[in-house]
Amino acid sequence: MKEQQETANRPDNTAFTQQRLPAWQPMLSAGIVIPGFVIIGLAFIGIGIALFVTSQNIQVLERDYTGVENNSPCFKCSDPSTKNCVCKLDFSLDKLFEGPVFFYYGLSNYFQNYRKYGVSRDDRQLSGRLDNFQSPDEGCVPYQYDANNKPIVPCGSVANSLFNDTFKLYQIVNGARKLVPFDGKGIAWWTDHNVKYRNPSITPLKNAFNGTVKPTFWSKPAYELDPSDPANNGFVNQDFLVWMRRAALPDFRKLYRRITEGDYKNGLPAGNYSLEIAYNYPVLDFDGRKKVVFSNVSWMGGKNQFLGIAYLVIGSLCVVMSIVMLIVYAKFKFPDEE
Amino acid sequence: SKRHHQRRWEGKRDIRKLVSNLPYEGLEKMKQPNRHFPGNAIKTTKYTLLFFIPMNLFEQFHRLANIYFLGLAILNFVPVVNAFQPEVALIPICVILALTALKDGWEDFRRYQSDRKLNNTPCFIYCRKEQQFVERRWKDVRVGDFVKVICNEIIPADLLLLHTSDPNGVCHIETANLDGETNLKQRRVVPGLSTSTSEFEPESFNGVVVCERPNNNLNHFKCYVEKPDNVKVGIGIESLLLRGCTVRNTDHTVGFVVYAGHETKSMLNNNGPRYKRSKLERKLNTDVIFCIILLFAMCLVGALGHFSWLQELPSVPPYLVPDSHGHLDSPALSGFYMFFTMIILLQVLIPISLYVSIELVKIGQVFFITNDIDLYDEESDTPMQCRALNITEDLGQIQYIFSDKTGTLTENKMVFRRCTVMGTEYPHCENGKRPWPPQSRWTPDTEDADPAGTPHYHGSRHRGKVAESAQRDVAFSSPLETEVVPDRKLLQQIRRTESSSSSSSSGKTDPYLDFFLALAICNTVVVSTATVRRQRVSAPICPLETSNPFETFSHLVRKVGSFRQTISSWRPMSNRSRTSSNCSVLEEDHFNSLAKTGNCGGRKSTGPQTQDTSPSLRYEAESPDEAALVHAAKAYGFTLLARTPGSVTVRLPCGEELVFEVLDTLAFDSHRKRMSVLVRHPVTSELVLYTKGADYAIMELLGTPYQKRIAADTQRHLDCYAKEGLRTLCFTKKVLSERAYKDWSVSRQGALAAIDNREKLIMDTAGLLETNLTLLGNTRVRATGIEDRLQESVPDTIVALREAGIQVWVLTGDKPETAVNIGYACRLLDEGDLVINMNYVLQLMCVSILDCTLEEVRRYGNDPTGLAPTISLVIDGRTLAMALESDLVDRFVDLARRCRSVLCCRVTPLQKSAVVKVIREKLKVMTLAVGDGANDVNMIQAADVGIGISGQEGMQAVMASDFAISRFKHLKKLLLVHGHWCYTRLANMIIYFFYKNVAYVNLLFWYQFFCGFSGTAMIDYWLMIFFNLFFTSAPPIMFGIMDKDVSAETLLGLPELYRTGQGTGEYKFSTFWTAMLDAFYQSLVCFFIPYWVYEDSDIDVFTFGTPLNTVSLFTILLHLSIEIKTWTVVHWVIMLGSVAVYFIVTLAYSAICVTCNPPSNPYWILQSQMADPMFYLTCIITTVLALLPRYPQYSFSFAYKNKNSPPETDFEQGTILEKVWL
Repeated sequence: MKEQQETANRPDNTAFTQQRLPAWQPMLSAGIVIPGFVIIGLAFIGIGIALFVTSQNIQVLERDYTGVENNSPCFKCSDPSTKNCVCKLDFSLDKLFEGPVFFYYGLSNYFQNYRKYGVSRDDRQLSGRLDNFQSPDEGCVPYQYDANNKPIVPCGSVANSLFNDTFKLYQIVNGARKLVPFDGKGIAWWTDHNVKYRNPSITPLKNAFNGTVKPTFWSKPAYELDPSDPANNGFVNQDFLVWMRRAALPDFRKLYRRITEGDYKNGLPAGNYSLEIAYNYPVLDFDGRKKVVFSNVSWMGGKNQFLGIAYLVIGSLCVVMSIVMLIVYAKFKFPDEE
Repeated sequence: SKRHHQRRWEGKRDIRKLVSNLPYEGLEKMKQPNRHFPGNAIKTTKYTLLFFIPMNLFEQFHRLANIYFLGLAILNFVPVVNAFQPEVALIPICVILALTALKDGWEDFRRYQSDRKLNNTPCFIYCRKEQQFVERRWKDVRVGDFVKVICNEIIPADLLLLHTSDPNGVCHIETANLDGETNLKQRRVVPGLSTSTSEFEPESFNGVVVCERPNNNLNHFKCYVEKPDNVKVGIGIESLLLRGCTVRNTDHTVGFVVYAGHETKSMLNNNGPRYKRSKLERKLNTDVIFCIILLFAMCLVGALGHFSWLQELPSVPPYLVPDSHGHLDSPALSGFYMFFTMIILLQVLIPISLYVSIELVKIGQVFFITNDIDLYDEESDTPMQCRALNITEDLGQIQYIFSDKTGTLTENKMVFRRCTVMGTEYPHCENGKRPWPPQSRWTPDTEDADPAGTPHYHGSRHRGKVAESAQRDVAFSSPLETEVVPDRKLLQQIRRTESSSSSSSSGKTDPYLDFFLALAICNTVVVSTATVRRQRVSAPICPLETSNPFETFSHLVRKVGSFRQTISSWRPMSNRSRTSSNCSVLEEDHFNSLAKTGNCGGRKSTGPQTQDTSPSLRYEAESPDEAALVHAAKAYGFTLLARTPGSVTVRLPCGEELVFEVLDTLAFDSHRKRMSVLVRHPVTSELVLYTKGADYAIMELLGTPYQKRIAADTQRHLDCYAKEGLRTLCFTKKVLSERAYKDWSVSRQGALAAIDNREKLIMDTAGLLETNLTLLGNTRVRATGIEDRLQESVPDTIVALREAGIQVWVLTGDKPETAVNIGYACRLLDEGDLVINMNYVLQLMCVSILDCTLEEVRRYGNDPTGLAPTISLVIDGRTLAMALESDLVDRFVDLARRCRSVLCCRVTPLQKSAVVKVIREKLKVMTLAVGDGANDVNMIQAADVGIGISGQEGMQAVMASDFAISRFKHLKKLLLVHGHWCYTRLANMIIYFFYKNVAYVNLLFWYQFFCGFSGTAMIDYWLMIFFNLFFTSAPPIMFGIMDKDVSAETLLGLPELYRTGQGTGEYKFSTFWTAMLDAFYQSLVCFFIPYWVYEDSDIDVFTFGTPLNTVSLFTILLHLSIEIKTWTVVHWVIMLGSVAVYFIVTLAYSAICVTCNPPSNPYWILQSQMADPMFYLTCIITTVLALLPRYPQYSFSFAYKNKNSPPETDFEQGTILEKVWL
């Protein structure tokens, strides 16, 4: 008892309080760092080669159809005064374009990531809440109500600026045009289609839109976006979903269709093709460009040379650095290497 | 109205008039005379339940950082500039405010509890209706009441002592709760008011108490009582019982309440913990300003970029959103708005969370410092105390140490060693030869060390360290120090005079007898007997510690450990536990038999009773030399038996007891450097004034030429003693005529009753009496055994500190000879040193010598051979005063700077602080002052870091200090290890914090170049908040608390390593900018690698942000893991835990949040990314590239540190290599 009293204030003599916890000091000595660098370098070079080869095997076909240049087939359509203009883009393939082929449309200098643009939407409305049909979110201004004070559905700038060029691909077989069937299913994220975006549970869908108007820029209301497939209408329309997922960078492409069916299951055979474009979307206001992209994909997604090259460069850099370090160490003769 | 007017007038005069409440008892409040004064209930809480939120918010918005946050949040509500959803922007400010409010609320609740406990403590107040003292609560006490306090109870308010159970009108109090001093202090009743009858009748009190306004000076009180017959009785602090003190050895006392509640001196002294701002924090603020500039630059880039981007657009694109009227702002206006949007977006660049983190880190650092077992003194059971919580890192940057000598470098355990009487020296050889037993632990009063732990019972665990050290036993009654072997020659001399004078009464004035009488009488030593039990009741008096976050933290940490003790302390407390019932019964005083036998002015033969008690006499002195002198007198048979304010009882060697009537005591003060006692000799009835003081203070006052001749002899001896390092004191005697005394007495009374200018008057009157003294002889007292007078390991510590690049100065009140001797002993001075001794009376001489010396020293300094001797300066207080004058101070500082060590002797407390201030300001260096006594308080407060040594001389130094240690040697580990660690840890953490914020925020900035400078964030806002709050906050805090760049053993073995912290240290301008550049580089890599990977793909905004967020998490954490030098389990847990938390939280958030935070949609994004191999490949290469420049650099520096692990190996190669590599 007495002992205890005398040392009542004695600090606890534990490894933690005395800062004597067993510690590991990372020994980044030459013996570890140099081999480490070599190993990392070699691994990176390996990954780089794999990526590079994979990327090289991906076929990509890109065609600009903005129509700014005089010789462009869509030149006449680029004039904003022309309405319902259709232009044809011809191209030919020397060899089989392996499938499945992904067909993208691309825009450049288009800032879908512009802050106020991104805010201009009503997620609740898009998840099918009828309250928000009648009174869309404030964020949608000025695409909240039309001039007659009727609510716009879907409201907001993102929806309003929906990309509305449409494409039809024909293969020219013996002078005749043969329609290449597009697969429009599952091009948007599964979660967007099934969780995030919901149509109101009213049938027919049209009734849910009573008392609302379509966005000013649109030619047809949301419930008539895809006349061919009643399930692909409203907010779960695949094209709409793809558009609503805003691109991160001003030059972007968006998936339009896949070519997976019929004769084209294995890809586009060599031959001549004609792409029929319903040219609606104006891009000259912002010096933008429009393009179409055919691409097949690998495990690493679309074609990207950069990552493979980067791995190769950095892998080599590591190896070079380890050599430099070896020289420096050797020159200064560190005792721990003796 | 007239009364009101009068009160105002009194207010101007700074005095108060108080009368008894009793005649007004039962009347309504308006008729109470003392109604204007506050009651005794205290309220230390800041808030009330109802107004907690508004008051706390008001309080918090006094902090600049919170205003900044609030401003940003408000800015976000302005529609044209907002960057996030306005509600979301409120989150950070709300989190910070809520956390702080929670902490404040909890602290306030604890204060409330302790207040309530105090306010409801029982006490006795006189009630006219019942004609007796009745039990009430502390909160019922009012100014003007009469309060009775029983032995071992705590005094509820500041009381004017009117009556005690002691027939001599004395009351003993212990002030441990106030200043930590455990010795008993005497208080005496106001003279002339109380009748000598045993019972005090409050109703008969009819005087008016006139006192000064409340102040916080614990040692001064100015007051007089005006009796109905207009006689004024002056009252000083000696009649005031202070709230919070404990009554000891006195059965009961009655006092008149002068100050109550918050106006009591103890409450006015209760200022809470000190706040100091560390050097690093000051530098940190300049870097914050750089960050602000950087932020503005980045915002400007954003604004201009947005402007030119809009300018370039040929017409309105579909993605530009006009306002509700379909109208677009002009590019210039949009750019202007964008500036503010950018501020909101990039706000994290100003590291507000850094301040919170620094506070947390410091709490952790303080925890480790106080828990260091090497800084724990087993002998006194005191651990290291950190009283200032926020300057731990200053310990790593000290350049100058100013040390007190006595009690700091030395033990301050005084033993009488030699004396000279009438010019004859008595060397006390036996004392010197005697082998001292090794230091052993002693507990003189075993009753006292209550094993059951009364403090625990009273819940004083949270009373803080002061109370803990107060539990120690009384300091100066160790048997070790009290043993004095009398000098044979001197003993014979006394016997001779004794026998020769036994017949004639004239022999009583023999110088030898007088000398020893002076030793026994001329002091303020209180005699107590070991039979008296001193119970220590330490209830929490000052809620000082509640506002101290560390205290509570360490309390929590220790809780487990103290649990067992708490259990054991719950035993029944037997008769010692104080209950209110046994308090109301006034028991007969069985203890104070000694005091009872004393009889003023009388003469009494030895009685059997006193004979019995005398062996267990205990002397409680305010300073150890007083105790030593009394013990010395006792060794020669002159035993001090009792001291009351009116008398001193001394037993002579022949067994005869003399009772001297004490007419006055002129207390010691540092200006006069002496004290005097005026007594009436019981045999001769002569009025004798005994004066004791520093030799130089006494020598000036000596009278006749004959005296001067003896003085010369004595002085020679004194010098010789001083060379041995002994402390010297002189005793003198003066016989006064009755008339002279009467005259003096009148002026003395006048001075005592004065309210204005009282101190000076009292000092003047003291000086008036202390002239023409007769030298009795002098003694010197010195402590500790023969082997060393210094404390353990002092020379080692000083050598180590010096190797660490710290200049050590010693400032002492002692003579130069003593100081120089100690200087050599503690290796402050070396044999080979060139010692410059400056001791001049004339200013002119001082100037010329200073110039010459400076010239000489400069030449030495330029000596290229490096063989020039090191220079040391010894300067006398008087010379120092001249040197510190404005025209000389620069030259003095220049000289002192070039000296290796400086010794200042005979300096006053004020000079000590002046020296510290001059050096600190002129040289712009970090100073540390260390001392143990009240005379060091000024110095401790003047220095950047004040260290108190909780030793012998009370607790004033500790109370004023930032850190309290118990031995000087602890300074070595405290500075070299903890100081170094705290500094490097904090400096590295701060730099890391800047780096982290810049690296992260820049990701957002680079993105602006690809979104038209529109202020878009590609990372979900919640995840951004989480990133700073959860994912990356714990590792740097752990880094700041636990990192060890060099092991403790190496730091102690190689004090040179300490130099890295001095001056600017690791936290340099360049370090900051290197970190900034690194942050820029890393953010560029972290942004552009993913950018090129995902360029021209169909990636969406938040999917693009996810790899960026992940990559920067890895980069930031791995960057830290390069910085961490030693990895313990804690490190691994926190680092891996952070990564795990990131993935778990983000995955959970992405799974749950479907539309919870529009417009950002994190839903299923991380999940889809984690299913993509590209995500991992991107993360790996980005992280590696971001850290690529760091790894080889660190591998080299590690290589050279490893190489260093046996400390002998040289630094040179590593340094060269680092240069090559960098």
